[in-house]
Amino acid sequence: MTTVLRLIPLFPFVGFLVNVFLGRRLSKRVSGGIACLAMLASFLVGAISTWTLVQRPSDARVVDDTVFLWIASGDFQIPLTFRLDPLAALMVLVVTGVGFLIHLYSVSYMHEETDGEYARYFSYLNLFASFMLVLVLGANFLVMFVGWEGVGLCSYLLIGFWFKKRSAADAGKKAFVVNRIGDFAFIVGMLLAFREFGTLDFREIAFEAARLSPEVTFGLISLMTLLFFIGATGKSAQIPLYVWLPDAMEGPTPVSALIHAATMVTAGVYMIGRNAALFSLAPITMDVVAVIGTATALMAGTIGLVQNDIKRVLAYSTVSQLGYMFLAMGVGAFAGGIFHLYTHAFFKALLFLGSGAVIHALHGEQDIRNMGGLRRDLPITYWTFVIGALAIAGVPGLSGFFSKDEILYRTFAGGHTLLWTVGAITSLLTATYMFRLVFLTFHGERPESAGSTAHHGGSDHGHGGGHGPAHLHDAPPTMAVPLVLLAIGSVVAGYVGVPHALGGANRIEGFLEPSFHPVAVHAPAEAGVGGGHGETAAHGEESPDADAHGGASVELTLMGVSSLIALTGIGLASVFFLRRRELAQATAARLPAVYRTLLNKYYVDEVYDATVVHPIQRTSERVLWKTVDAGMIDGIVNGAGAFVRGSAALLRLSQTGSVRVYAASIFIGVLLVVGYYLVR
Amino acid sequence: MPTGYSANDLVLLLPEIVLTTGLLVVLVADLFTGRSRQHWLGWLTIGVLVATAVPIVALSGHATTAARGLLAVDGFGAFFKLLFVLAAAITVLISRQYLEVEQARPGEYYFLVLCATLGMMVMAAGIDLITLFIGLETMAVSFYVLTGFLRPNRRSNEAAIKYFVLGAFSLGILLYGMSLVYGLSGTTRLREVAVALATQSDSLALKLAVVLVAAGMAFKIAAVPFHMWAPDVYEGAPTPITAFLSVGSKAASFAMLLRLLLEGLPAMAPEWRGLFYVLAVLSMTVGNIAAITQGNVKRMLAYSSIAHAGYILIGIVTATPRGVTAMLVYLMIYAFMQMGAFGVLALLRRRDVVGDELKDLSGLFFRRPLAAFAMLVFMLSLGGIPPTAGFMGKFWLFSAAIEAGYVWLAVIGVLNSAISLYYYVRVVVFMWMREELESASVHPSPGVAVALTVAVAATIIIGVYPAPLFELAEASAKTLGMAPRVLSLR
Repeated sequence: MTTVLRLIPLFPFVGFLVNVFLGRRLSKRVSGGIACLAMLASFLVGAISTWTLVQRPSDARVVDDTVFLWIASGDFQIPLTFRLDPLAALMVLVVTGVGFLIHLYSVSYMHEETDGEYARYFSYLNLFASFMLVLVLGANFLVMFVGWEGVGLCSYLLIGFWFKKRSAADAGKKAFVVNRIGDFAFIVGMLLAFREFGTLDFREIAFEAARLSPEVTFGLISLMTLLFFIGATGKSAQIPLYVWLPDAMEGPTPVSALIHAATMVTAGVYMIGRNAALFSLAPITMDVVAVIGTATALMAGTIGLVQNDIKRVLAYSTVSQLGYMFLAMGVGAFAGGIFHLYTHAFFKALLFLGSGAVIHALHGEQDIRNMGGLRRDLPITYWTFVIGALAIAGVPGLSGFFSKDEILYRTFAGGHTLLWTVGAITSLLTATYMFRLVFLTFHGERPESAGSTAHHGGSDHGHGGGHGPAHLHDAPPTMAVPLVLLAIGSVVAGYVGVPHALGGANRIEGFLEPSFHPVAVHAPAEAGVGGGHGETAAHGEESPDADAHGGASVELTLMGVSSLIALTGIGLASVFFLRRRELAQATAARLPAVYRTLLNKYYVDEVYDATVVHPIQRTSERVLWKTVDAGMIDGIVNGAGAFVRGSAALLRLSQTGSVRVYAASIFIGVLLVVGYYLVR
Repeated sequence: MPTGYSANDLVLLLPEIVLTTGLLVVLVADLFTGRSRQHWLGWLTIGVLVATAVPIVALSGHATTAARGLLAVDGFGAFFKLLFVLAAAITVLISRQYLEVEQARPGEYYFLVLCATLGMMVMAAGIDLITLFIGLETMAVSFYVLTGFLRPNRRSNEAAIKYFVLGAFSLGILLYGMSLVYGLSGTTRLREVAVALATQSDSLALKLAVVLVAAGMAFKIAAVPFHMWAPDVYEGAPTPITAFLSVGSKAASFAMLLRLLLEGLPAMAPEWRGLFYVLAVLSMTVGNIAAITQGNVKRMLAYSSIAHAGYILIGIVTATPRGVTAMLVYLMIYAFMQMGAFGVLALLRRRDVVGDELKDLSGLFFRRPLAAFAMLVFMLSLGGIPPTAGFMGKFWLFSAAIEAGYVWLAVIGVLNSAISLYYYVRVVVFMWMREELESASVHPSPGVAVALTVAVAATIIIGVYPAPLFELAEASAKTLGMAPRVLSLR
């Protein structure tokens, strides 16, 4: 058992190596098969490891696999350790399980690429999964950071996969740059944690944290956790660093599914869950997390309402759902946040793959205004997509209902009424824009002009241009199987977390709880584990009872409200986008400013360009490049160029001149320093 | 044998003796080698370097002095000597193909590379002001000639003259500082200087001496504001020499700086700490921001090497054992990744293409996937992305800064390494995400292939399993200033 964990990330890594070095010589069948098998093997090892983990008593569910001592310097040691505990186990299953289905789906979806490109695609995909598994299984910050950076890099490669498309290359770059900002904060937070606790191991930090009492004012822990949270906003696409995610749609659709559903974006949420004990000590950070999460959820939800690109709507819905998860983390409902992460993985992967099937069938068309009536031609896609939409909308009985309800209830019970209200409004928006998507895509009729615009919409699928709307192909088997399996998952995945109020046992919460507040065997019992944040006091092992007595009726009421909200949202969508479409246009026309602001995503990209991107470019180009570099140094280069053209005199002039300038700069530098000492 | 020397000295100086003999052999062999057999000189040079490495390793456990106390024989010196030998070997390996394209006669080239290596070894081992200076001059003069080695190439000539004039100027400053130190202490032996100066740290003349010595050395390591020569010289010099210059010369200068500061001027630590704090911040920031706009890869790497000098200076600012260890670790890692990156560039040099513009890398992945993969590893490592060696080096430097209480310095360092990724990744973009310009293909010679393989393997292995290097560097750093004489005097 102890040496098995390393196999989980190793399988996809081997798949990556095979495809990157031998891929050009392998047929598509072989390279795709290797990639899928690698993921399947990981999943099986993960499942077996999880099964043995569950056999243990709940306070002993931690397994370490130390590969070797990574860094050793005197008393300071960082081992390369993988660790499986309930939280990691759940994540491993999601990453490998959903990841495998996405790999399988890609086999058909990418079949039009040439052999070399096909292998390149699968090599990136495997590498991505491998790094994500390292991130999830890492037992300390340094191992996690390897995965953290790795997924950032791979997402860059995958988003920019069709680099000949300029927008794809730009989107990849944007993802990379934005993520770097988050990573910067993450590293600084990591260094601070190292300084404060003398270790980077998550469990040891949690034990240390258990001895501290929560910070009332803004202290070191608050700063540290806030830095980690900034790192999380980069990876998990929250305000203010969410801008890369919608652009990440430029990648192949399965990549969007992988990034959005199972991996990458969940990293930030997972990281906070992993450090729940630390975050619980910093109520200020927790409030920031909750507020940012809620604001992101609302903002992305409103933008999603008016977008016309099928993948873009889904992208904003991801940002919005991630906001929910952060809200959960911020109010101390760590299990609720992870639960939503887990159910979201199913229905979001399903929705993306479904949208991929639509795009595939329409040869690259992504604009929903050019779609309609597809339910007749694409029945499998239609029904699975509807299940996904019902799940994300929070219709009772499907997985999204349980997890979203858990978050909203916790928020309300914690006294955050305002956050709950915003969350509920967002929930209405979610139901509305998802069913807007369903109705515009699959219902009604396809516009007459749609056939002609289809070919320059996307670019990736150009085969058989002569298909009329009547001869659309539904998903082929390797695409249909993942869709159906994910649809089943979207329905049943929630039943591991049926709340007590409905007579369930909320097993997932009990399962995950030891991960959030690990208790050392030798730790003093009165350490107050799990206390801390005011709102989280009702948390921990005894919370089910507290809920059962005081909260059941409140919870049931809230459940009723959110069910009603979901159905209202769907109803609104059916009025505006199914029965009376002119009403939607009329509304947009009556509120042009609002509509345009939403369509342009609150102009955030433009604001960033004007306030951050351009000034930096200008400083680099004008100040440093034009004066320092071009003025002095570039003079030489130009001089050299002139020399090559035969103008010796010019060079001699610029050459001697510049050497004097250089020497003078050295001399002045010395004078300045000496002068400083004299004056001081 | 002059008085004070013993037969034991011959043993302790074996690395230098072997190298000196070897470089003379290379020079003479050049006369007797026909044009068609010139490539044997390269392998002969490699042989000399390997023969030099053997006594270095054998003597690495000592902690004593040789040649009447002019040179230290200790782990610190051995670590750097190995680094120089390694860098020289990689330089030789990537040179042959490049020289053939440039149609330059390699004989005295290899001789000069070995001369420079000898100078570096003296710089790392010297514990006497004059000895250090002679080492520095030996290295510098060799580099002046090597920079201008491509006689028909005017860029190369211009770079050599520029390097020479400015080098002489900065050496003057350094020498002035050293003479002040000598005047104030009455000795040139660093360990006696330390004792003599221990009580007069308030002297203004001594502060001036520290500033001048620091300025002279800052020129050699290309720290801002003494960096301006670097981009021009790096761009003009033959690519393998640029590699050697940016790694060997820099490492040797850092070794000499550590000897000067920690062995000779520990009493002045508050002064030079503050000084190098400012230099570190300036170097990191200016180097990285200026690198962003470069279209020429050699120039970009020149600015990036300025930034790296800034990172490494963090170790000097801390002046703790962990800080010095981190410097050693980083310099070794830097040697592999920087030499590797220049090795790939040297590979791109063809008769009609200079191969050092960013666009020359376009679509390299489709032409030579392995070379592109190697470059990817080097760029990620230079940018500090795990699990490459560069990340480990930076992590160690920054955590040393945090440990010593320089939190802001670490934050600035992290911020800078985030900025730097922008231009490193741009290289990757050109290699993997641009259409190739022409289909002409470059075939690496066995030498280049060996050099790149070693560099890639080291960059990855140190990143994944850095413990042995850390242990070696820690043991080596400990020996700095630990020779028996100082202990008895303190």
